Amino acid sequence: MNEYTLTPISKIKTGIPGFDNITHGGLPKDRTTLISGTAGSAKTVFAVQFLAAGIEKSDEAGVFVTFEESPADIRQNMASFGWDIRQWEERGQWAFVDASPQIAEEIVYAGSYDLGALLARIEYAVNKTQASRVAVDSLGAIFTQLTDYGSIRHELFRIASALKHMGVTAVLTAERINEYGEIARYGVEEFVADNVIILRNVLDDEKRRRTIEILKFRGTSHQKGEYPFTIMPDFGISIIPLSAIELKQSSSDIRITSGNEKLDDMCGGGFFRDSIILVSGATGTGKTLMVTEFIAGGAVKGERCLLFAFEESREQLFRNATGWGVDFRRMEEEGLLKLVCRYPEVAGPEDHLINMKAEIERFAPNRIAVDSLSALERVATVKGFREFVIGLTSFIKHQETAGLFTATTPSIMGGTSVTEAHISTVTDSIIMLHYVEMYGEMRRGLTVLKMRGSMHDKNIREFSIDGRGMHIGKAFNNVTGILVGNPTYISQSEIERVSNLFQDDPGV
Amino acid sequence: MGVEYILKLYVTGQTPRSQRAIENLYRTCEEALDGRYNIVIIDVLENPASAEEEKIMATPTLIKIAPLPLRRIIGDLSDTEKVLAGLDLPTNHARQMRRGGHLE
Repeated sequence: MNEYTLTPISKIKTGIPGFDNITHGGLPKDRTTLISGTAGSAKTVFAVQFLAAGIEKSDEAGVFVTFEESPADIRQNMASFGWDIRQWEERGQWAFVDASPQIAEEIVYAGSYDLGALLARIEYAVNKTQASRVAVDSLGAIFTQLTDYGSIRHELFRIASALKHMGVTAVLTAERINEYGEIARYGVEEFVADNVIILRNVLDDEKRRRTIEILKFRGTSHQKGEYPFTIMPDFGISIIPLSAIELKQSSSDIRITSGNEKLDDMCGGGFFRDSIILVSGATGTGKTLMVTEFIAGGAVKGERCLLFAFEESREQLFRNATGWGVDFRRMEEEGLLKLVCRYPEVAGPEDHLINMKAEIERFAPNRIAVDSLSALERVATVKGFREFVIGLTSFIKHQETAGLFTATTPSIMGGTSVTEAHISTVTDSIIMLHYVEMYGEMRRGLTVLKMRGSMHDKNIREFSIDGRGMHIGKAFNNVTGILVGNPTYISQSEIERVSNLFQDDPGV
Repeated sequence: MGVEYILKLYVTGQTPRSQRAIENLYRTCEEALDGRYNIVIIDVLENPASAEEEKIMATPTLIKIAPLPLRRIIGDLSDTEKVLAGLDLPTNHARQMRRGGHLE
């Protein structure tokens, strides 16, 4: 080391879920970061959570400077996230600097002034609590309280530089008018801070979508672009760090049963233990049955299964399973099954994702089933749905459990769904269920379309459903055009001619 | 004659602006109140807790404790007319009017 060696900027882990991923390790230490957003974009929640996570996760005290809401309001509003600010204040981990408007007294301006008193109070609070984090909410509100814009600008710079000298990591919030436009209302806020983060709350196709974007991190790296996030009770802000998700899950060649012996054979000996399986088919083709068999197959081996149902209620699922000879109620009593039934409409896709992650972490299942994934298309924008699917699959893969998803195709006679378009590349196996119309009769066909890392049966096989479940039978050898929804009989001589043209590997 | 006015002036250290505010306050009070006042000067750098208690943001800030109503006057108090008005005292302008003076 010599005098020309610069120490790289270190970062502090904020403890805000997902945030430390997209920032490559947290907020730059001892620097100021501007959090800009429109009204209702969760700036205050972010500012409070920054301090709350510091106290809860790394035992770092914080000072909250409020220019807008009174401390009493903040304490009350944030209680729903499970943050007991009053208690932290009593323990000396949290201090308010209350600069919210005091309407009781009339204020007269008579000459020039500065914000020296405010600065002295911040410094006092930082020293008193030994704080390493400071949140200022919001800068713009100073402009509404005081009248001399010129000196306020100057004072903002003074406060920012003083914060740096105190050795604290600070977030400063600022209001902006448009979701895409100037960074902040007064055109000065972004120059005060070293880093700029933007929170958005965009109305798209009648659905609200919250995103976070790191616009500028002086002298250090971060993920680019907008990342969806959600705000939930007991969690606060939770960011879904899509492209920061690493493809590092381990891979095993241990096989598990699909719950159907014949299907296991078709897949070359069962599903892989840590794979994602997509079951796609039109309504009524037997997707929920496959889910039921998948769960029953696990329960027999003593594996724990978690089922997320978005289309049917508990009672309906119990009844269906009973109809196929599977006793869900007993599995639940034995702790081998957990059913989570939710209407897709109760929440946005981000909220569903966070809830599902929490359920998975709580129950720690060996198998996860989602019936159906495509039901969630209704509540999401195209982009939001894609992010949901990627977020969920990558999370499940990290748990190293098997995940079976169903997707409903829009047309009875085949075709693909939006779900498949988003998910097909991240799944390890795809099983397609079709209706096959033959001489005025509807029959059902099953294909293993893809089985990553394994040989599999390429036939389209007929199957039937009765009181004991699914029975897979012979291949539709003399029918062509099933996948495109236009089955046609072909003669035996034609089959022989074609099979002589292409010799398939006899080992399959 | 007893004290009628109780005034608290918050300043930041020994800056020129602080000095100016203190001088302006004494001069204005002497002219308008003739000894019927009590001034307390508080340096927020030495006593930040009291600034926190009174929620002082800007300095200099003058608080009129008595007579009621409470009032805050922010600035270096160089605008004497506004200071007088803020203290509910007759402004020079009003006094001139009473003396039968006229405005140009």
